[in-house]
Amino acid sequence: MEAKIEVRNLNLYYGANHALKNVIMDIPAKEITAFIGPSGCGKSTFLKTLNRMNDLVDGVRIEGKITLDGEDIYGSGVDTTLLRKRVGMVFQQPNPFPMSIYDNVAYGPRIHGLKNRARLNEIVEASLKGAAIFDEVKDRLNKSALGLSGGQQQRLCIARALAVKPDVLLMDEPTSALDPISTLKIEELMSELKEKYTVAIVTHNMQQAARIADNTAFFLVGEMIEMDRTDVLFSRPSDKRTEDYITGRFG
Amino acid sequence: MARVKFEASLEQLNTELIKMGAVVEQAINSAIDALKSKNIALAREVTEKDRIIDDMEKDIEAKCLSLILKQQPVARDLRVVSTALKVVTDMERIGDHASDIAELVISFNDEYSYNVIEHIPSMAEAAVSMVQEAVAAFVDRDVKRAADIRKKDDKIDELFEKVKLDIINLLLHSPEKSNMSINFLMIAKYFERIGDHAENICEWTEFSETGDYKNNRLL
Repeated sequence: MEAKIEVRNLNLYYGANHALKNVIMDIPAKEITAFIGPSGCGKSTFLKTLNRMNDLVDGVRIEGKITLDGEDIYGSGVDTTLLRKRVGMVFQQPNPFPMSIYDNVAYGPRIHGLKNRARLNEIVEASLKGAAIFDEVKDRLNKSALGLSGGQQQRLCIARALAVKPDVLLMDEPTSALDPISTLKIEELMSELKEKYTVAIVTHNMQQAARIADNTAFFLVGEMIEMDRTDVLFSRPSDKRTEDYITGRFG
Repeated sequence: MARVKFEASLEQLNTELIKMGAVVEQAINSAIDALKSKNIALAREVTEKDRIIDDMEKDIEAKCLSLILKQQPVARDLRVVSTALKVVTDMERIGDHASDIAELVISFNDEYSYNVIEHIPSMAEAAVSMVQEAVAAFVDRDVKRAADIRKKDDKIDELFEKVKLDIINLLLHSPEKSNMSINFLMIAKYFERIGDHAENICEWTEFSETGDYKNNRLL
């Protein structure tokens, strides 16, 4: 299996707090990898190291190595803007910009310098289709994105991430603010997305990880305890701490 | 303990499986006693009690499906619940075969001798002991014992071959006993099937504890 991202001996400190402890992980290309674990276990922090979102946090110190297609993303001379173009992110709360649906999706390509209207139209349509929302919004592209439902806003945010042609999509609890039907739509969408993209998702919903992820990693107090194929992790975990957590016997 | 109600349901499920195992064991024991002693009343009792076993199976299946629906078990819990679903089928079949044997005892109408087929008594003994031990290994979650018992199925298969030869000889030398011979052939086949179901119980016991089924990973 080809690893898209390789993480080696990753340690992260928030001041004196050792938040990630020696994490080693291979994230396979064009699969969905889920990170699960109790609140404060470091899974979201870990997700954010994959496109250097933690660089924006004061007092953070990161040691170790993360490579994307073999290139060190923490190497000197890495352009974090370009990195985040390749490694897109979708957050817990849908966060469309207060502008039209079209402009939300065109935003990324525009700031990367694309001005050609026909080309932008193509990208907007393809991205909205890729996020399985085009049919619902095609007649109202110039209306405000804020008028969409929560589930539609989240798919719009996915379309916005796709518009800059990423390789990897990071999703931080992308459905925890959504109703069950919208959640299922996003899950269906993720299964389609993995044909083209490598997807990593943080989720509090273990059934969601079991439903959609090819691989699942369990985190506990900053350590990556166990990672395996999802079927294996949820049927015969090797570590008792994983078993206790996923069966709800934790603590 | 975060899942008190779920734990209690799993405990209840286990208790019911133990009860069903005991009832099935008793059914096969009684069927063989009836065969040995030509006790038609006892044979009738076995056939009548088969319904109790069928009901137990349905009840346990319903509990398992409800647990899957409501609790979405994973890891060991998933293996325990799925094992229960599989094991009740094997237990129910053993009960069916005990009842099948009892029905033959009734249809013999007293005109047979238990020892006329040389290897029937040892086959009966082997089948009963395999069921008892398989149920015990399952109840005690004893993987090593389950693995040991699985090997005994070969012995039952060997005995079945011997019974077939016994019956061929009997048919050759005493053709007037053909009806009885054929009934004993069926009884022997039921013993052989009972051995297979006991072996299945052992295989599921191993799966429940280790996640391995017949030395392979199911998931």
